[in-house]
Amino acid sequence: MRNRIFQGATAVEDQWQLVEEDSTTSAEVHLLYHYADWIENRATYLAQPGAKGVLLSNTDDVASLMPDLERLALICIDFPEAVDGRGYSQARLLRDRLGYSGELRAVGEVLVDQLFLMRRCGFDAYALPDKNVECISKYLDPFTVKYQ
Amino acid sequence: MYQYSALDQQLVDERVEQFRDQTQRFLAGELSEEAFRPLRLMNGLYIQTHAPMLRVAIPYGLLASDQLRKLAHIARTYDRSFAHLTTRQNIQYNWLKLEDVPDVLEELSRVEMHAIQTSGNCIRNTTADHLAGVVADELDDPRPYCEIIRQWSTLHPEFSFLPRKFKIAVSGSAHDRAATQVHDIGIYLVNNPDQGIGFRILVGGGLGRTPVIGKVIRDFLPRHQLLSYLEAILRIYNQQGRRDNKYKARIKILVNALGIDTFRDLVEEEWLHLKDSGIDLGEAEIEAMRQFFQPFEYIADTGEGEQALARSCQDSPAFRIWYERNTQEHKAGAYRIVNVSVKAPGIAPGDLTDAQMDGVAALADNFSFGQVRVTHEQNLVLADVRKVDLHAVWKGLVALDLSTPNIGTLTDLICCPGLDYCSLANASSIPIAKQIGDRFDDLDYLYDLGDIKIKISGCMNACGHHHVGHIGILGVDKKGEEWYQITLGGSAEEDASLGKIIGPAVAKDQVAETIAKVLDVYIAVRQEEETFLQCVRRLGIAPFKEAAYA
Repeated sequence: MRNRIFQGATAVEDQWQLVEEDSTTSAEVHLLYHYADWIENRATYLAQPGAKGVLLSNTDDVASLMPDLERLALICIDFPEAVDGRGYSQARLLRDRLGYSGELRAVGEVLVDQLFLMRRCGFDAYALPDKNVECISKYLDPFTVKYQ
Repeated sequence: MYQYSALDQQLVDERVEQFRDQTQRFLAGELSEEAFRPLRLMNGLYIQTHAPMLRVAIPYGLLASDQLRKLAHIARTYDRSFAHLTTRQNIQYNWLKLEDVPDVLEELSRVEMHAIQTSGNCIRNTTADHLAGVVADELDDPRPYCEIIRQWSTLHPEFSFLPRKFKIAVSGSAHDRAATQVHDIGIYLVNNPDQGIGFRILVGGGLGRTPVIGKVIRDFLPRHQLLSYLEAILRIYNQQGRRDNKYKARIKILVNALGIDTFRDLVEEEWLHLKDSGIDLGEAEIEAMRQFFQPFEYIADTGEGEQALARSCQDSPAFRIWYERNTQEHKAGAYRIVNVSVKAPGIAPGDLTDAQMDGVAALADNFSFGQVRVTHEQNLVLADVRKVDLHAVWKGLVALDLSTPNIGTLTDLICCPGLDYCSLANASSIPIAKQIGDRFDDLDYLYDLGDIKIKISGCMNACGHHHVGHIGILGVDKKGEEWYQITLGGSAEEDASLGKIIGPAVAKDQVAETIAKVLDVYIAVRQEEETFLQCVRRLGIAPFKEAAYA
């Protein structure tokens, strides 16, 4: 069964599969690669057809993805703990400095009360571990004003 | 002072609603304690020994009288009729009910106040010189820049989950009253002959387990580039600060690990990308902010005030003593700065009752342009009192038990809440303050000792700033007993230094006595006009240590 994620406030089925060493992949899904795997095999993966994505841990260097950004349809940033804020800086660097325009998805410990911060840092998709959450629109935008 | 715009008010109102929703979900069991914790902390709400503690922000320590009245009202209505001034110029309530907190925040929002980021691993309340705008040695008023920083840092989307808390202070005078050098970022206003007013930026200062004096990262930053530079520092810290050990997570550890030069290179490189990216304010916006903090229209000095003072001093020795000790020179000749001592004997340092808050608010309305300041030394200031009104202000303060003439003396000490309230503490602090107050109750002796700053912390977190006390006292737990380590020679001012430990910790009932022995040495060996701090610096700790353990 596919996971449910949110693109903006809209719940959708996740069309992506994370490629592990032993995974079998099907043509129906898009492939998401671990950062280290991608860096090592980027040329091979780029030569293959289909959409590609990269999963970053929050210590990975986003700048090293620069040459590939136009070819990536998805970047996932992992939040290992809700209180670990490194992913926010990665998101801003990807959007503001590197000009990444594909889907930017927060994965891991993604809690509803942090969505407004994530959205403002450039995330536009969210994989919430809490499957009971049905609607996130009020959490995406609790403030109509901002200072920054 | 700063007045909220529609945007400011909207943001605070929406924050109240957001927190009300979060609290309701927690009370309904929909949010776990673990998930609620960072949310409540970011709103200044701790779970303490007795009850939730709510810390309310007083940006750079400045309060209007109606705000102080609201704080009194909250103390009376929701708490046990008192509140506590903190070493970050904030105020905290110790006996609230969790379910009342959203209502308290709503009450605060009606007077342009909030509790946003008074705790948590985010950018905290920016502190400033509590005498900003009223002293002659000031280059420029730091408060407009503090307000600019407050707005920039409030709900900053990138910097709400830093490795650890983050504190910024700004000072605009030659004399540093803001403990600027022991902040994560310390900012001094400086004048550059070619570029005008700007900032010298220090980074990596702090107290806690590993006390460090901040290091200069930039000698001169043009004032309009403040926010992009701060953003660059914070981004490097957010990405590279340690998160594996909370005692090594402050920026000072990162700066020390990399070395200031490497850290500076990283920040400067980051800043190249940020400095023209639209984060910064224009000169017009900075000027507009400065307009909020313009001096009052002071009455010219006709000499009338001096005459009234001379009469009052002659008529009342008690007034004269208070006048000499608790008031100081104002940049306008007809005025004095009144320090309101919240260090009466027997009272926990910095504790104010609702009646005292209301009383000071009334004095501010009648005699000081309706404004009050909170100092990081846990006192209040009425900053703009006409000399002709000083006697009336003194009488008012006497009636409120806020006239103890001990400002700057040994008993005007800084003290954290300690074991009596705080769940982090290893030892009590307030009883030590009381012990010192009882032991040194002779005002003539205190005046003879001159300016001495004692700072007491109940644990290594150093909320009482003990490292930078002329005399520092740190409570430690030894096999379930409270013991106290004494340091000498610290300073939080422009000559910042860290105190040196004089020897093994002393028993709880020996703290004041040990200090008395140290002071006896000072009195015996001091040179003419030499302060206690100068004396310790001249001689080192050896003679004091010898006497303390004799």
